[in-house]
Amino acid sequence: MSARTRHATRRKLFSHAMTVLTGLAVVIVMIPLFWIIYECVLLGGSHLTLGYFTQGTPPPCSPIECKAGGGLQLMQGTFIVVGLASLYAVPVGIAGAIFAVEYGGQRAWARAFSFAADVLSGVPSIVVGMFIYVVIFYYDPQIVFSVTSGSLALGAIMLPIVMRATEEALRTVPHSVREAALALGMSRWKISLRIVLLSALPGVLTGVLLAVSRAVGEAAPLLLLDNTNLGFTGTNNPADTMALSIYLFAASPYKNWANLAWETALVLLIFVLVLSLTSRLLLNRWSRKWKA
Amino acid sequence: MEGVNSVLGESPTKMDVQNLSAYYGQSRAIQEINLAFPEKKVTAIIGPSGCGKSTLIRCLNRMHETGYRARVEGSVLLDGEDLYELDATLVRRRVGMVFQKPNPFATMSIYNNVSAALRFNGRPSREECDAVVLRSLRQAALWDEVKDRIDEPATSLSGGQQQRLCIARALAANPEVILMDEPCSALDPIATAKIEELIGQLKNDYTVIIVTHNMQQAARVADFTSFLYLGKLVEFGPTEQLFERPKEHLTEAYITGRFG
Repeated sequence: MSARTRHATRRKLFSHAMTVLTGLAVVIVMIPLFWIIYECVLLGGSHLTLGYFTQGTPPPCSPIECKAGGGLQLMQGTFIVVGLASLYAVPVGIAGAIFAVEYGGQRAWARAFSFAADVLSGVPSIVVGMFIYVVIFYYDPQIVFSVTSGSLALGAIMLPIVMRATEEALRTVPHSVREAALALGMSRWKISLRIVLLSALPGVLTGVLLAVSRAVGEAAPLLLLDNTNLGFTGTNNPADTMALSIYLFAASPYKNWANLAWETALVLLIFVLVLSLTSRLLLNRWSRKWKA
Repeated sequence: MEGVNSVLGESPTKMDVQNLSAYYGQSRAIQEINLAFPEKKVTAIIGPSGCGKSTLIRCLNRMHETGYRARVEGSVLLDGEDLYELDATLVRRRVGMVFQKPNPFATMSIYNNVSAALRFNGRPSREECDAVVLRSLRQAALWDEVKDRIDEPATSLSGGQQQRLCIARALAANPEVILMDEPCSALDPIATAKIEELIGQLKNDYTVIIVTHNMQQAARVADFTSFLYLGKLVEFGPTEQLFERPKEHLTEAYITGRFG
Protein backbone atom coordinates (compact mmCIF):
# COMPACT_ATOMS: atom_id res chain seq x y z
CA MET A 1 0.00 0.00 0.00
CA SER A 2 1.47 3.30 -1.01
CA ALA A 3 1.72 6.25 1.33
CA ARG A 4 -0.88 8.10 -0.67
CA THR A 5 -3.59 5.41 -0.39
CA ARG A 6 -2.76 4.96 3.30
CA HIS A 7 -3.35 8.64 3.76
CA ALA A 8 -6.61 8.45 1.83
CA THR A 9 -7.83 5.56 3.96
CA ARG A 10 -7.03 7.45 7.13
CA ARG A 11 -8.84 10.50 5.83
CA LYS A 12 -11.92 8.43 5.01
CA LEU A 13 -11.85 6.75 8.40
CA PHE A 14 -11.58 10.09 10.14
CA SER A 15 -14.44 11.43 8.08
CA HIS A 16 -16.65 8.45 8.97
CA ALA A 17 -15.74 8.75 12.63
CA MET A 18 -16.73 12.42 12.63
CA THR A 19 -20.04 11.64 10.95
CA VAL A 20 -20.80 9.05 13.61
CA LEU A 21 -19.74 11.36 16.45
CA THR A 22 -21.81 14.32 15.29
CA GLY A 23 -24.75 11.99 14.63
CA LEU A 24 -24.40 10.72 18.18
CA ALA A 25 -24.45 14.28 19.45
CA VAL A 26 -27.76 14.81 17.66
CA VAL A 27 -29.20 11.78 19.39
CA ILE A 28 -27.94 12.93 22.78
CA VAL A 29 -29.51 16.34 22.22
CA MET A 30 -32.85 14.78 21.29
CA ILE A 31 -32.94 12.33 24.22
CA PRO A 32 -34.01 14.81 26.94
CA LEU A 33 -36.81 16.23 24.76
CA PHE A 34 -38.32 12.88 23.90
CA TRP A 35 -37.76 11.50 27.36
CA ILE A 36 -39.58 14.45 28.89
CA ILE A 37 -42.46 14.08 26.47
CA TYR A 38 -42.54 10.33 27.11
CA GLU A 39 -42.63 10.76 30.89
CA CYS A 40 -45.29 13.45 30.75
CA VAL A 41 -47.46 11.39 28.43
CA LEU A 42 -46.94 8.23 30.50
CA LEU A 43 -47.48 9.72 33.95
CA GLY A 44 -49.79 12.59 33.04
CA GLY A 45 -51.66 10.94 30.21
CA SER A 46 -52.74 7.95 32.24
CA HIS A 47 -54.72 10.21 34.59
CA LEU A 48 -55.72 12.98 32.24
CA THR A 49 -59.48 13.10 31.64
CA LEU A 50 -61.86 15.79 30.45
CA GLY A 51 -62.40 16.46 34.14
CA TYR A 52 -59.04 18.24 34.18
CA PHE A 53 -60.52 21.05 32.15
CA THR A 54 -63.74 21.39 34.13
CA GLN A 55 -62.84 20.79 37.79
CA GLY A 56 -60.90 22.82 40.31
CA THR A 57 -57.97 21.84 42.49
CA PRO A 58 -59.02 18.95 44.81
CA PRO A 59 -58.35 18.86 48.54
CA PRO A 60 -55.43 16.56 49.33
CA CYS A 61 -56.22 12.88 49.66
CA SER A 62 -57.32 11.88 53.12
CA PRO A 63 -58.19 8.43 54.49
CA ILE A 64 -61.88 9.36 54.05
CA GLU A 65 -61.94 10.59 50.45
CA CYS A 66 -59.59 11.11 47.52
CA LYS A 67 -60.89 13.18 44.57
CA ALA A 68 -58.95 13.49 41.35
CA GLY A 69 -60.07 17.08 40.69
CA GLY A 70 -58.70 19.08 37.80
CA GLY A 71 -56.63 22.01 36.68
CA LEU A 72 -59.31 24.54 35.81
CA GLN A 73 -58.14 27.01 38.47
CA LEU A 74 -54.52 26.57 37.43
CA MET A 75 -55.26 27.21 33.77
CA GLN A 76 -57.40 30.21 34.64
CA GLY A 77 -54.65 31.64 36.85
CA THR A 78 -51.95 31.08 34.24
CA PHE A 79 -54.11 32.64 31.56
CA ILE A 80 -54.77 35.74 33.65
CA VAL A 81 -51.24 36.24 35.00
CA VAL A 82 -49.52 35.66 31.66
CA GLY A 83 -52.22 37.65 29.87
CA LEU A 84 -51.68 40.65 32.12
CA ALA A 85 -47.91 40.29 31.77
CA SER A 86 -48.24 40.21 27.95
CA LEU A 87 -50.53 43.19 28.08
CA TYR A 88 -47.63 45.40 29.14
CA ALA A 89 -44.57 43.42 28.04
CA VAL A 90 -45.60 42.99 24.39
CA PRO A 91 -46.43 46.62 23.51
CA VAL A 92 -43.57 48.02 25.60
CA GLY A 93 -41.11 45.48 24.17
CA ILE A 94 -42.17 46.23 20.59
CA ALA A 95 -42.10 49.98 21.21
CA GLY A 96 -38.63 49.69 22.74
CA ALA A 97 -37.40 47.78 19.71
CA ILE A 98 -38.88 50.31 17.31
CA PHE A 99 -37.20 53.07 19.25
CA ALA A 100 -33.84 51.31 19.22
CA VAL A 101 -33.90 50.33 15.54
CA GLU A 102 -35.92 53.04 13.79
CA TYR A 103 -34.77 56.01 15.84
CA GLY A 104 -31.50 54.83 17.32
CA GLY A 105 -30.03 53.10 14.28
CA GLN A 106 -26.29 52.73 14.63
CA ARG A 107 -25.90 55.22 17.46
CA ALA A 108 -24.03 54.22 20.60
CA TRP A 109 -26.99 54.62 22.96
CA ALA A 110 -29.14 52.34 20.83
CA ARG A 111 -26.54 49.59 21.06
CA ALA A 112 -26.25 50.17 24.81
CA PHE A 113 -30.04 49.88 25.10
CA SER A 114 -30.01 46.51 23.28
CA PHE A 115 -27.16 45.35 25.46
CA ALA A 116 -29.16 46.31 28.57
CA ALA A 117 -32.05 44.18 27.29
CA ASP A 118 -29.65 41.27 26.86
CA VAL A 119 -28.47 41.72 30.42
CA LEU A 120 -32.06 41.81 31.65
CA SER A 121 -32.82 38.55 29.87
CA GLY A 122 -29.82 37.05 31.61
CA VAL A 123 -31.02 37.99 35.10
CA PRO A 124 -32.22 34.83 36.89
CA SER A 125 -36.00 34.84 37.18
CA ILE A 126 -35.88 34.36 40.93
CA VAL A 127 -33.90 37.60 41.18
CA VAL A 128 -36.55 39.35 39.10
CA GLY A 129 -39.12 37.95 41.54
CA MET A 130 -37.17 39.22 44.53
CA PHE A 131 -36.87 42.67 42.98
CA ILE A 132 -40.60 42.93 42.29
CA TYR A 133 -41.24 41.60 45.81
CA VAL A 134 -39.33 44.51 47.34
CA VAL A 135 -40.80 47.12 44.98
CA ILE A 136 -44.37 46.00 45.62
CA PHE A 137 -43.70 45.70 49.33
CA TYR A 138 -42.82 49.40 49.51
CA TYR A 139 -45.78 50.28 47.33
CA ASP A 140 -48.36 48.25 49.29
CA PRO A 141 -47.42 45.29 51.50
CA GLN A 142 -51.01 44.01 51.19
CA ILE A 143 -50.60 43.04 47.56
CA VAL A 144 -47.15 41.48 47.60
CA PHE A 145 -48.73 38.08 47.05
CA SER A 146 -50.97 38.90 44.14
CA VAL A 147 -51.72 38.43 40.49
CA THR A 148 -50.50 41.99 39.93
CA SER A 149 -47.02 41.42 41.28
CA GLY A 150 -46.82 38.01 39.62
CA SER A 151 -47.61 39.45 36.23
CA LEU A 152 -45.19 42.33 36.77
CA ALA A 153 -42.43 39.79 37.32
CA LEU A 154 -43.40 37.61 34.34
CA GLY A 155 -43.67 40.73 32.19
CA ALA A 156 -40.15 41.75 33.17
CA ILE A 157 -38.98 38.33 32.01
CA MET A 158 -40.93 38.59 28.75
CA LEU A 159 -39.88 42.16 28.01
CA PRO A 160 -36.30 41.55 26.81
CA ILE A 161 -37.35 38.47 24.81
CA VAL A 162 -40.02 40.42 22.94
CA MET A 163 -37.75 43.39 22.48
CA ARG A 164 -34.71 41.55 21.18
CA ALA A 165 -36.72 39.36 18.80
CA THR A 166 -38.57 42.41 17.47
CA GLU A 167 -35.29 44.26 17.09
CA GLU A 168 -33.79 41.44 15.04
CA ALA A 169 -36.93 41.24 12.92
CA LEU A 170 -36.97 44.99 12.28
CA ARG A 171 -33.32 44.93 11.26
CA THR A 172 -34.06 42.37 8.55
CA VAL A 173 -36.51 44.75 6.86
CA PRO A 174 -34.54 46.24 3.94
CA HIS A 175 -33.58 49.88 4.24
CA SER A 176 -35.04 50.47 0.78
CA VAL A 177 -38.55 49.95 2.17
CA ARG A 178 -38.07 52.76 4.68
CA GLU A 179 -36.62 54.99 1.98
CA ALA A 180 -39.57 54.34 -0.30
CA ALA A 181 -41.95 55.36 2.45
CA LEU A 182 -39.92 58.40 3.49
CA ALA A 183 -39.79 59.58 -0.12
CA LEU A 184 -43.60 59.48 -0.23
CA GLY A 185 -43.68 62.02 2.58
CA MET A 186 -44.81 59.63 5.30
CA SER A 187 -44.03 60.48 8.87
CA ARG A 188 -41.52 58.37 10.75
CA TRP A 189 -43.92 56.81 13.22
CA LYS A 190 -46.33 55.77 10.48
CA ILE A 191 -43.48 54.14 8.57
CA SER A 192 -42.35 52.33 11.71
CA LEU A 193 -45.77 51.07 12.72
CA ARG A 194 -47.59 50.50 9.46
CA ILE A 195 -44.83 49.46 7.09
CA VAL A 196 -41.70 48.27 8.85
CA LEU A 197 -43.43 46.52 11.77
CA LEU A 198 -45.88 44.87 9.40
CA SER A 199 -43.05 43.58 7.22
CA ALA A 200 -41.35 42.23 10.33
CA LEU A 201 -44.53 40.63 11.68
CA PRO A 202 -43.42 36.97 11.47
CA GLY A 203 -40.29 37.68 13.51
CA VAL A 204 -42.20 39.78 16.02
CA LEU A 205 -44.84 37.11 16.55
CA THR A 206 -42.18 34.45 16.98
CA GLY A 207 -40.64 36.58 19.72
CA VAL A 208 -43.99 37.12 21.42
CA LEU A 209 -44.72 33.39 21.39
CA LEU A 210 -41.27 32.60 22.70
CA ALA A 211 -41.89 35.04 25.53
CA VAL A 212 -45.35 33.61 26.27
CA SER A 213 -43.97 30.07 26.27
CA ARG A 214 -41.27 31.15 28.66
CA ALA A 215 -43.73 32.94 30.94
CA VAL A 216 -46.27 30.13 31.22
CA GLY A 217 -43.49 27.81 32.30
CA GLU A 218 -41.94 30.19 34.81
CA ALA A 219 -42.42 29.23 38.47
CA ALA A 220 -39.54 30.81 40.35
CA PRO A 221 -40.67 34.44 40.59
CA LEU A 222 -44.24 33.38 41.38
CA LEU A 223 -42.94 31.47 44.38
CA LEU A 224 -42.32 34.82 46.02
CA LEU A 225 -45.28 36.65 44.55
CA ASP A 226 -48.27 34.57 43.59
CA ASN A 227 -48.12 31.55 45.84
CA THR A 228 -51.51 30.13 46.78
CA ASN A 229 -53.92 27.29 46.64
CA LEU A 230 -56.86 29.33 45.49
CA GLY A 231 -58.39 30.21 42.20
CA PHE A 232 -58.49 33.72 40.81
CA THR A 233 -60.41 36.15 43.02
CA GLY A 234 -59.04 39.50 41.85
CA THR A 235 -55.78 41.09 40.80
CA ASN A 236 -54.93 42.10 44.37
CA ASN A 237 -55.14 38.48 45.51
CA PRO A 238 -52.93 35.58 44.55
CA ALA A 239 -54.11 32.96 42.08
CA ASP A 240 -52.85 29.47 41.23
CA THR A 241 -50.79 29.01 38.12
CA MET A 242 -49.83 25.84 36.31
CA ALA A 243 -46.06 26.06 36.51
CA LEU A 244 -45.94 26.88 40.20
CA SER A 245 -48.51 24.19 41.00
CA ILE A 246 -46.38 21.60 39.27
CA TYR A 247 -43.62 22.51 41.68
CA LEU A 248 -45.92 22.46 44.73
CA PHE A 249 -47.87 19.32 43.84
CA ALA A 250 -45.07 17.20 42.45
CA ALA A 251 -43.31 17.17 45.80
CA SER A 252 -46.48 16.63 47.83
CA PRO A 253 -47.15 13.28 49.55
CA TYR A 254 -50.78 13.19 48.33
CA LYS A 255 -51.43 10.89 45.42
CA ASN A 256 -54.07 13.06 43.73
CA TRP A 257 -51.85 16.15 43.89
CA ALA A 258 -48.88 14.28 42.47
CA ASN A 259 -51.05 13.06 39.61
CA LEU A 260 -52.35 16.57 39.07
CA ALA A 261 -48.76 17.80 38.75
CA TRP A 262 -48.07 15.35 35.92
CA GLU A 263 -51.34 16.10 34.17
CA THR A 264 -50.58 19.80 34.39
CA ALA A 265 -47.10 19.21 33.02
CA LEU A 266 -48.59 17.39 30.03
CA VAL A 267 -51.22 20.06 29.38
CA LEU A 268 -48.60 22.80 29.64
CA LEU A 269 -46.40 20.94 27.18
CA ILE A 270 -49.26 20.47 24.73
CA PHE A 271 -50.28 24.10 25.11
CA VAL A 272 -46.82 25.40 24.26
CA LEU A 273 -46.50 22.94 21.38
CA VAL A 274 -49.88 23.81 19.87
CA LEU A 275 -49.18 27.51 20.27
CA SER A 276 -45.91 27.33 18.38
CA LEU A 277 -47.19 24.93 15.70
CA THR A 278 -50.36 26.87 14.86
CA SER A 279 -48.54 30.18 14.82
CA ARG A 280 -45.88 28.76 12.55
CA LEU A 281 -48.57 27.43 10.24
CA LEU A 282 -50.34 30.77 10.07
CA LEU A 283 -47.07 32.62 9.55
CA ASN A 284 -46.04 30.32 6.75
CA ARG A 285 -49.32 30.89 5.00
CA TRP A 286 -48.96 34.65 5.47
CA SER A 287 -45.34 34.65 4.29
CA ARG A 288 -46.14 32.58 1.22
CA LYS A 289 -48.68 35.14 0.12
CA TRP A 290 -46.66 38.28 0.80
CA LYS A 291 -43.04 37.31 0.48
CA ALA A 292 -43.19 35.05 -2.55
CA MET B 1 -18.86 78.54 -16.27
CA GLU B 2 -21.64 80.82 -17.33
CA GLY B 3 -24.58 81.49 -15.02
CA VAL B 4 -26.92 78.54 -14.68
CA ASN B 5 -30.01 80.51 -15.46
CA SER B 6 -28.70 81.68 -18.81
CA VAL B 7 -28.29 78.00 -19.78
CA LEU B 8 -32.00 77.38 -19.39
CA GLY B 9 -32.89 80.04 -21.94
CA GLU B 10 -36.67 80.40 -22.22
CA SER B 11 -37.56 77.62 -19.75
CA PRO B 12 -38.77 78.76 -16.32
CA THR B 13 -36.78 77.42 -13.35
CA LYS B 14 -38.51 74.84 -11.12
CA MET B 15 -35.68 74.05 -8.77
CA ASP B 16 -32.66 76.16 -8.08
CA VAL B 17 -29.63 74.69 -6.34
CA GLN B 18 -27.43 77.27 -4.64
CA ASN B 19 -23.97 76.61 -3.20
CA LEU B 20 -25.01 73.12 -2.19
CA SER B 21 -22.56 70.93 -0.31
CA ALA B 22 -23.42 67.56 1.25
CA TYR B 23 -21.47 65.60 3.81
CA TYR B 24 -21.25 62.10 5.21
CA GLY B 25 -19.63 62.69 8.59
CA GLN B 26 -16.48 64.64 7.79
CA SER B 27 -16.24 63.74 4.13
CA ARG B 28 -17.79 66.05 1.59
CA ALA B 29 -19.56 64.19 -1.21
CA ILE B 30 -20.58 67.21 -3.27
CA GLN B 31 -19.25 70.71 -3.00
CA GLU B 32 -20.75 74.09 -3.75
CA ILE B 33 -22.98 73.06 -6.57
CA ASN B 34 -24.98 75.67 -8.44
CA LEU B 35 -27.56 74.28 -10.79
CA ALA B 36 -31.07 75.03 -12.01
CA PHE B 37 -33.71 72.56 -13.13
CA PRO B 38 -36.20 73.80 -15.74
CA GLU B 39 -39.90 73.23 -15.29
CA LYS B 40 -41.52 70.37 -17.22
CA LYS B 41 -38.25 69.28 -18.76
CA VAL B 42 -36.06 66.27 -18.20
CA THR B 43 -32.67 67.05 -16.74
CA ALA B 44 -30.04 64.33 -16.50
CA ILE B 45 -27.18 64.19 -14.03
CA ILE B 46 -24.29 62.14 -15.36
CA GLY B 47 -20.80 61.34 -14.15
CA PRO B 48 -18.59 58.43 -13.16
CA SER B 49 -19.31 56.26 -10.10
CA GLY B 50 -18.79 58.06 -6.82
CA CYS B 51 -18.98 61.54 -8.32
CA GLY B 52 -21.91 62.53 -6.10
CA LYS B 53 -24.81 62.12 -8.55
CA SER B 54 -26.98 60.21 -6.11
CA THR B 55 -26.02 62.44 -3.21
CA LEU B 56 -27.03 65.49 -5.21
CA ILE B 57 -30.41 64.10 -6.22
CA ARG B 58 -31.08 62.98 -2.65
CA CYS B 59 -30.54 66.55 -1.48
CA LEU B 60 -33.39 67.67 -3.73
CA ASN B 61 -36.10 65.97 -1.63
CA ARG B 62 -34.23 66.04 1.67
CA MET B 63 -33.52 62.32 1.65
CA HIS B 64 -29.79 62.84 2.06
CA GLU B 65 -30.16 64.07 5.63
CA THR B 66 -31.95 60.85 6.69
CA GLY B 67 -28.65 58.98 6.39
CA TYR B 68 -26.33 58.39 9.31
CA ARG B 69 -24.32 61.55 10.16
CA ALA B 70 -25.33 63.14 6.88
CA ARG B 71 -25.82 66.89 6.53
CA VAL B 72 -26.31 69.55 3.91
CA GLU B 73 -25.12 73.13 3.44
CA GLY B 74 -26.44 75.67 0.98
CA SER B 75 -29.97 75.86 -0.31
CA VAL B 76 -32.36 74.34 -2.81
CA LEU B 77 -35.22 76.52 -3.97
CA LEU B 78 -38.48 74.98 -5.15
CA ASP B 79 -40.54 77.69 -6.85
CA GLY B 80 -38.38 80.20 -5.00
CA GLU B 81 -38.87 78.66 -1.53
CA ASP B 82 -35.93 77.07 0.26
CA LEU B 83 -36.67 73.36 0.82
CA TYR B 84 -34.51 73.37 3.89
CA GLU B 85 -36.79 75.86 5.58
CA LEU B 86 -39.93 73.81 4.89
CA ASP B 87 -41.17 70.67 6.64
CA ALA B 88 -39.24 67.70 5.25
CA THR B 89 -42.27 65.39 4.89
CA LEU B 90 -44.19 68.08 3.01
CA VAL B 91 -41.20 68.62 0.73
CA ARG B 92 -41.13 64.92 -0.10
CA ARG B 93 -44.79 65.00 -1.06
CA ARG B 94 -44.02 67.73 -3.59
CA VAL B 95 -40.79 66.15 -4.83
CA GLY B 96 -41.31 62.44 -5.46
CA MET B 97 -38.56 59.87 -5.92
CA VAL B 98 -37.94 56.63 -7.77
CA PHE B 99 -35.00 54.55 -6.65
CA GLN B 100 -32.32 52.49 -8.32
CA LYS B 101 -33.79 49.14 -7.38
CA PRO B 102 -37.57 48.72 -7.50
CA ASN B 103 -38.73 48.87 -3.89
CA PRO B 104 -42.47 48.21 -3.72
CA PHE B 105 -43.94 47.51 -0.29
CA ALA B 106 -43.77 43.72 -0.19
CA THR B 107 -46.57 43.37 2.32
CA MET B 108 -49.04 45.32 0.19
CA SER B 109 -51.05 44.61 -2.92
CA ILE B 110 -50.53 46.49 -6.17
CA TYR B 111 -53.54 48.66 -5.35
CA ASN B 112 -52.34 49.41 -1.84
CA ASN B 113 -48.85 50.25 -3.06
CA VAL B 114 -50.14 52.87 -5.44
CA SER B 115 -52.60 54.32 -2.96
CA ALA B 116 -50.09 54.21 -0.07
CA ALA B 117 -49.24 57.92 -0.04
CA LEU B 118 -52.90 58.85 -0.21
CA ARG B 119 -53.99 56.47 2.53
CA PHE B 120 -51.09 57.12 4.87
CA ASN B 121 -51.09 60.88 4.55
CA GLY B 122 -54.84 61.37 4.82
CA ARG B 123 -58.23 59.69 4.97
CA PRO B 124 -59.36 59.31 1.38
CA SER B 125 -62.64 57.69 0.36
CA ARG B 126 -62.64 54.47 -1.63
CA GLU B 127 -63.66 56.41 -4.77
CA GLU B 128 -60.79 58.88 -4.39
CA CYS B 129 -58.36 55.98 -4.00
CA ASP B 130 -59.77 54.18 -7.02
CA ALA B 131 -59.48 57.30 -9.16
CA VAL B 132 -55.90 58.00 -8.11
CA VAL B 133 -54.83 54.38 -8.58
CA LEU B 134 -56.35 54.31 -12.06
CA ARG B 135 -54.81 57.63 -13.08
CA SER B 136 -51.35 56.80 -11.68
CA LEU B 137 -51.17 53.32 -13.15
CA ARG B 138 -52.24 54.70 -16.53
CA GLN B 139 -49.62 57.44 -16.35
CA ALA B 140 -47.01 54.83 -15.51
CA ALA B 141 -48.17 52.71 -18.49
CA LEU B 142 -48.89 49.78 -16.21
CA TRP B 143 -52.68 49.73 -16.03
CA ASP B 144 -53.30 47.33 -18.90
CA GLU B 145 -50.86 44.82 -17.47
CA VAL B 146 -52.23 44.81 -13.92
CA LYS B 147 -55.91 45.73 -14.14
CA ASP B 148 -57.03 42.13 -13.58
CA ARG B 149 -54.68 41.46 -10.67
CA ILE B 150 -54.80 44.71 -8.78
CA ASP B 151 -55.15 42.95 -5.39
CA GLU B 152 -52.23 40.61 -5.86
CA PRO B 153 -48.97 41.20 -3.98
CA ALA B 154 -46.75 43.82 -5.63
CA THR B 155 -43.87 41.38 -5.52
CA SER B 156 -45.68 39.13 -8.01
CA LEU B 157 -44.77 41.61 -10.77
CA SER B 158 -41.61 41.46 -12.87
CA GLY B 159 -38.71 43.80 -12.15
CA GLY B 160 -39.63 46.24 -14.89
CA GLN B 161 -43.29 46.24 -13.83
CA GLN B 162 -42.25 46.77 -10.22
CA GLN B 163 -40.26 49.83 -11.24
CA ARG B 164 -43.24 51.24 -13.14
CA LEU B 165 -45.33 50.47 -10.07
CA CYS B 166 -42.88 52.54 -8.03
CA ILE B 167 -43.27 55.35 -10.55
CA ALA B 168 -47.06 55.07 -10.26
CA ARG B 169 -46.75 55.11 -6.48
CA ALA B 170 -44.67 58.30 -6.66
CA LEU B 171 -47.13 59.89 -9.13
CA ALA B 172 -50.08 59.07 -6.86
CA ALA B 173 -48.70 61.47 -4.26
CA ASN B 174 -49.28 64.21 -6.85
CA PRO B 175 -45.76 65.62 -6.86
CA GLU B 176 -44.47 68.58 -8.88
CA VAL B 177 -41.02 67.15 -9.41
CA ILE B 178 -39.97 63.51 -9.90
CA LEU B 179 -36.46 62.45 -9.04
CA MET B 180 -35.14 59.23 -10.55
CA ASP B 181 -31.97 57.73 -9.21
CA GLU B 182 -30.68 55.38 -11.94
CA PRO B 183 -34.19 53.96 -12.42
CA CYS B 184 -33.14 51.49 -15.12
CA SER B 185 -29.89 50.13 -13.75
CA ALA B 186 -31.58 46.97 -12.44
CA LEU B 187 -33.69 46.42 -15.56
CA ASP B 188 -33.29 44.63 -18.88
CA PRO B 189 -33.19 46.59 -22.19
CA ILE B 190 -36.89 46.12 -22.99
CA ALA B 191 -38.01 47.29 -19.55
CA THR B 192 -35.52 50.15 -19.83
CA ALA B 193 -37.00 51.24 -23.14
CA LYS B 194 -40.46 51.32 -21.57
CA ILE B 195 -39.29 53.47 -18.68
CA GLU B 196 -37.51 55.84 -21.06
CA GLU B 197 -40.63 56.20 -23.16
CA LEU B 198 -42.55 56.89 -19.98
CA ILE B 199 -40.10 59.61 -18.93
CA GLY B 200 -40.74 61.33 -22.26
CA GLN B 201 -44.47 61.43 -21.44
CA LEU B 202 -44.04 62.44 -17.81
CA LYS B 203 -42.38 65.71 -18.71
CA ASN B 204 -45.69 67.00 -20.07
CA ASP B 205 -46.92 67.24 -16.48
CA TYR B 206 -43.88 67.03 -14.24
CA THR B 207 -40.34 68.28 -13.88
CA VAL B 208 -38.13 65.21 -14.14
CA ILE B 209 -34.60 64.92 -12.83
CA ILE B 210 -32.78 61.69 -13.59
CA VAL B 211 -29.44 60.37 -12.43
CA THR B 212 -27.83 57.95 -14.84
CA HIS B 213 -24.44 56.44 -15.42
CA ASN B 214 -25.54 55.61 -18.94
CA MET B 215 -24.63 58.48 -21.26
CA GLN B 216 -26.74 57.16 -24.13
CA GLN B 217 -29.72 57.18 -21.84
CA ALA B 218 -29.08 60.79 -20.92
CA ALA B 219 -28.77 61.65 -24.59
CA ARG B 220 -32.05 59.86 -25.36
CA VAL B 221 -34.29 61.21 -22.60
CA ALA B 222 -32.89 64.48 -21.30
CA ASP B 223 -33.45 68.05 -22.47
CA PHE B 224 -30.65 69.29 -20.25
CA THR B 225 -27.66 67.46 -18.89
CA SER B 226 -25.25 68.22 -16.09
CA PHE B 227 -21.90 66.52 -15.69
CA LEU B 228 -20.52 65.94 -12.21
CA TYR B 229 -16.98 64.91 -11.43
CA LEU B 230 -15.44 64.37 -7.98
CA GLY B 231 -18.33 66.12 -6.27
CA LYS B 232 -18.18 69.21 -8.44
CA LEU B 233 -20.34 70.38 -11.28
CA VAL B 234 -18.17 70.47 -14.38
CA GLU B 235 -20.66 71.44 -17.03
CA PHE B 236 -24.36 72.04 -17.43
CA GLY B 237 -26.19 72.71 -20.65
CA PRO B 238 -28.74 71.58 -23.23
CA THR B 239 -28.13 67.86 -23.77
CA GLU B 240 -27.31 68.22 -27.47
CA GLN B 241 -24.76 70.92 -26.82
CA LEU B 242 -23.13 69.05 -23.92
CA PHE B 243 -22.66 65.91 -25.95
CA GLU B 244 -21.75 67.47 -29.30
CA ARG B 245 -19.91 70.65 -28.35
CA PRO B 246 -18.79 70.29 -24.74
CA LYS B 247 -17.19 73.43 -23.39
CA GLU B 248 -15.03 71.72 -20.81
CA HIS B 249 -12.13 69.46 -21.57
CA LEU B 250 -13.19 67.06 -18.75
CA THR B 251 -16.67 66.66 -20.18
CA GLU B 252 -15.30 65.80 -23.57
CA ALA B 253 -12.90 63.28 -22.08
CA TYR B 254 -15.74 61.63 -20.17
CA ILE B 255 -18.29 61.44 -22.97
CA THR B 256 -15.74 60.12 -25.41
CA GLY B 257 -14.94 57.35 -22.95
CA ARG B 258 -11.41 58.33 -22.04
CA PHE B 259 -12.18 57.81 -18.32
CA GLY B 260 -15.09 56.90 -16.10
